[in-house]
Amino acid sequence: MSIAQRPTQPLDASGRGAAFHSSGGGEELGIVEPLIFDASRPGRRAVRFPFASAEARRAAEGQPGLPSSARRTQPARLPEVSELDLLRHFNRLAHLNYAIDLNFYPLGSCTMKYNPKVNEWAARLPGFADSHPLDPDQLAQGSLALEWLLAELLKEISGFSAVSLQPAAGAQGELTGLLMTRAYHRSRGEGEQRSKVLVPDSAHGTNPATASMVGYTAVTIPSNERGGMDLEALRAALGPDSAALMITNPSTLGIFEDQIDQVIAAVRDAGAIAYMDGANLNAILGRFRPGEAGFDVMHFNLHKTFSTPHGGGGPGAGPVGVGERLAPFLPVPLPVLVEGDADEVRANAWAGRSTPDAHFALDWDRPHSIGKVRMYTGNFGMFVRAYTYIRSNGASGLREISDDAVLAANYLRVGLADAYDLPYDRICKHEVVFSGRRQKRDHGVTTLDMAKAILDAGVHPPTIYFPLIVEEALMIEPTETESLETLDRFIEVMHDVARRAADDPESVKRSPVSTPVGRLDEASAARRPDLRHVFGQGGE
Amino acid sequence: MASYPTDLHYSKDHEWVRVDGSTATIGITSYAAQELGDVVFVELPEVGAALQQFATFGVVESVKAVSDLFAPVSGEVTQVNEALRDTPEHINTDPFGAGWVAKLTLTDSSGLDELMDADAYAELTA
Amino acid sequence: MAYSPHTDADRERMLATVGVGSVDDLFADIPAAVRPARFEIPPPLVEQQVRAELARLAEHNRVPQVSFLGAGAYRHLIPSVVWEVIGRSEFSTSYTPYQPEVSQGTLQSIYEFQSLICELTGMEVATASHYDGATATAEAALMACRLTRRQRIAVSGAVNPQIRHVLATYCSGPGIEIVEVPADLAEGGSGLTPAEAAARVLDDDFACLISQQPNFFGVIEPMAELAAAAHATGALLVAVVEPVSLALLEPPGSYEADIVAAEGQPLGIPLAYGGPYVGLMAARMSAVRQMPGRLVGGTHDAEGRRGYVLTLQAREQHIRREKAASNICTNQALCALAATAYLSAVGPEGLREVAELSTVQARHVAAAIEGGGLGERRFTAPYFSEVALRVPEAARRYAALVAQGIVPGYPLWRVYPDLADTLLLAATELTSDADIERLVDALGATR
Repeated sequence: MSIAQRPTQPLDASGRGAAFHSSGGGEELGIVEPLIFDASRPGRRAVRFPFASAEARRAAEGQPGLPSSARRTQPARLPEVSELDLLRHFNRLAHLNYAIDLNFYPLGSCTMKYNPKVNEWAARLPGFADSHPLDPDQLAQGSLALEWLLAELLKEISGFSAVSLQPAAGAQGELTGLLMTRAYHRSRGEGEQRSKVLVPDSAHGTNPATASMVGYTAVTIPSNERGGMDLEALRAALGPDSAALMITNPSTLGIFEDQIDQVIAAVRDAGAIAYMDGANLNAILGRFRPGEAGFDVMHFNLHKTFSTPHGGGGPGAGPVGVGERLAPFLPVPLPVLVEGDADEVRANAWAGRSTPDAHFALDWDRPHSIGKVRMYTGNFGMFVRAYTYIRSNGASGLREISDDAVLAANYLRVGLADAYDLPYDRICKHEVVFSGRRQKRDHGVTTLDMAKAILDAGVHPPTIYFPLIVEEALMIEPTETESLETLDRFIEVMHDVARRAADDPESVKRSPVSTPVGRLDEASAARRPDLRHVFGQGGE
Repeated sequence: MASYPTDLHYSKDHEWVRVDGSTATIGITSYAAQELGDVVFVELPEVGAALQQFATFGVVESVKAVSDLFAPVSGEVTQVNEALRDTPEHINTDPFGAGWVAKLTLTDSSGLDELMDADAYAELTA
Repeated sequence: MAYSPHTDADRERMLATVGVGSVDDLFADIPAAVRPARFEIPPPLVEQQVRAELARLAEHNRVPQVSFLGAGAYRHLIPSVVWEVIGRSEFSTSYTPYQPEVSQGTLQSIYEFQSLICELTGMEVATASHYDGATATAEAALMACRLTRRQRIAVSGAVNPQIRHVLATYCSGPGIEIVEVPADLAEGGSGLTPAEAAARVLDDDFACLISQQPNFFGVIEPMAELAAAAHATGALLVAVVEPVSLALLEPPGSYEADIVAAEGQPLGIPLAYGGPYVGLMAARMSAVRQMPGRLVGGTHDAEGRRGYVLTLQAREQHIRREKAASNICTNQALCALAATAYLSAVGPEGLREVAELSTVQARHVAAAIEGGGLGERRFTAPYFSEVALRVPEAARRYAALVAQGIVPGYPLWRVYPDLADTLLLAATELTSDADIERLVDALGATR
């Protein structure tokens, strides 16, 4: 069956491709945008490179050539396209995407806030973009200074005494945190004994998965009826075999753990490490500093709280902050100030001045370090953006971020309370979790159906079916960057969907009808995986 | 309340057993199949493997969920349902027939006493 | 503040709706005992000020005028059209494609990426990408352990030391033992990993042998022989490759590699002091259920339209939790998009031109230094686009050149005590004849 030879139809006004073609086999298949391979024609080029000079070729002749046995015999069938065809292909693909820069994106637990454009300007400055990660420290003083300053800011924001920027994403920050936890217990001769990591039932899946990667057993702690941690269950589970508690605070229910001081005390009394998953830091800037409150370690998600773009699923960045107990075990290398006074360097930088005699270096000499978790010093481009963002906001701006994010979430909580069940009806932080169980029970309309109906209203739906402890969950995080008009419009959309679920459930189950493709057959995709283009079936 | 084939034995882990002499055929129930949703993959045991009653012997995956399979009885695997490799959807479409998972030689038929009949299982899943 | 749309009137209206008197009331559940004593962040900056601050820091980097530094990260031309594609904010400001109906742009581009990586490597399945080449290699090693149910790993000493460092960290989690297969670093040695050395280490406890092509010294490894040595004991071959080299070198699928891992930075991603980059991983279809990380698959909707979804998700942490193949959550979608646009822009001919020009200029620089009596090749085996040269008093000369803004490669003695006075020099298509002339002149002046 050939799909590549069929012409493409233009998208209709709704954005959905109207392509329908009968193939010889009698099966109907529509292609919204062909693959880049389908546009390939032998001999087309987008980019050319210069020829080696005669001098270079002559010089090279005296050197050993590539052994013929190691040579590739068939060239890779990469696309052969003109620059314009290439650009149009990717621009058309861009049109098929939803994005923050297009509209509201209230995905709970993802913090889809606006990504300021000056951050992008900064990341592309040639001094940063062209800096080689193995350049000697003396040529990379700007990069090292930025890393050091960002770590200083993250320390102040979180109340921790040291920060490593290295982890590439939140999940890798968790891995780093638990490896340090294990190194700490080993250093005290308790490495074998402490084998369990306690995780609340509302946790992200990465928490238990990370525990397993480090060789720990994850133990689930139930939530109480108020959506907080069951303190008695926690105390009962804590013991000489506990390595750590991993807690997301505010939780994935959007609830701040109002017994957090007692939780931390219980964990520390048991000799375990208190790990805070910082995924929801956007709710508490200036209001709660985990390190100061007694946590031992936390990862930051720069792509959430600090506005670096999500990029369709990465790159992220997941720095970790630690208190004194874990600081010796941080990954290597660590950017350090080796010459100059730290207070003076900071004060100068905050005033936009350089400190003439300051010198930064990478410190590899950390004998207790867990090692490296990724190449070089981390996702540097994200550090530039996060630093730009924190400096743009300043102390007052950071506070305002959390204040407005929490206010917006509570506004939606109240605005939608009559349309959907609210399992935990109390003040929330950055997000609010509703349940679609009423719609499912009364009208047979699932949360998935309603999510698809929200798409038809031109808005991205909330996170669905998470956290796992809420039936038919709808998890809504508006962030601080959405205007009141946008929030009101979203409330209208959600009410409308709830009304339709009651009055015309079939129309909700049929949605979406306005998107480039309808609901896709995920079962077929998983049963008979089609994970790459197979050449020779099309026109190329 | 759903009804289930009366000639089978059922475990609380939602597996069923059909006993024919010393041979036991095992699979997962229609209730479990519906809870999982569209089954996309079944990790089958190896022929010759010795299964212990109520111990895991395989995995079943749907689009959005994954579940261990627990042996409803003890026995040695004599045959597995190869058809599930290409068409795991049999588990959804015909869980008590074409969706069977494995055949065993029963090593301890007393284990059947620990299972439910159709009525008791219907009660459990009501 | 700059990015908040709310006026005071908006906030008043919201507070009234919520039914609280002030925003502070929304934080009343934070116990008094743990409220912050301080929050000393510098005051906000407007765009003009923040630009000045970032420009100030960027100017403190002295990007070298001439550099032969590679060692795992390479300066290549990034075509303007690649920048244009990744600058589209429909790609950069979208989330992980959990709602496929409105994420076909991201999903299809990842499907194209997976297809391109399969084609380049000669493998059957590629993931949607990993954090970087080192974590992809570490995840490949853990995957080999799951596939073989073995707990030891052999790794060539000629694999990038930073990759081995990350591998050691990852393996320390589940307690997997790593054994090094020594490369031939003797005086007059080849610089490659002899298959006999691998065979001496391997036995039927080993899950895999990891070797790199071209290896860290730029030398072409006998990958088919190394694969055979691994397979003889039931171990897998994990091939760490450099993607541009695959324009000229045999793809890992041809020499029977079982898993391929690579750093994708050379494919249109800026150096950016080390990241974000993109890790590539590819394998055989038979191993797909043990692969870590996201995969995109083709399917169709009810009306028969072709579309793409995240698939085989039951492997992943958000479903399998503590039993997941990995804790990996994000991939590096935007960097994978850059690689997709890059490979499409250069095409098969362009990639070959980049690789050939790089190999010619590497030979040019080696010949110029040898011809000038300034140094000699340290290894006998053929090399790709990086070459190890022994330069007398290399440490002194390295420092002298760096002070002039010339980076004469990577100082190998810092990581390999056997390689005293040895510099690893990389060339790419951006290495000009004038760069080589300047290097030779500057080295000569340090005599």
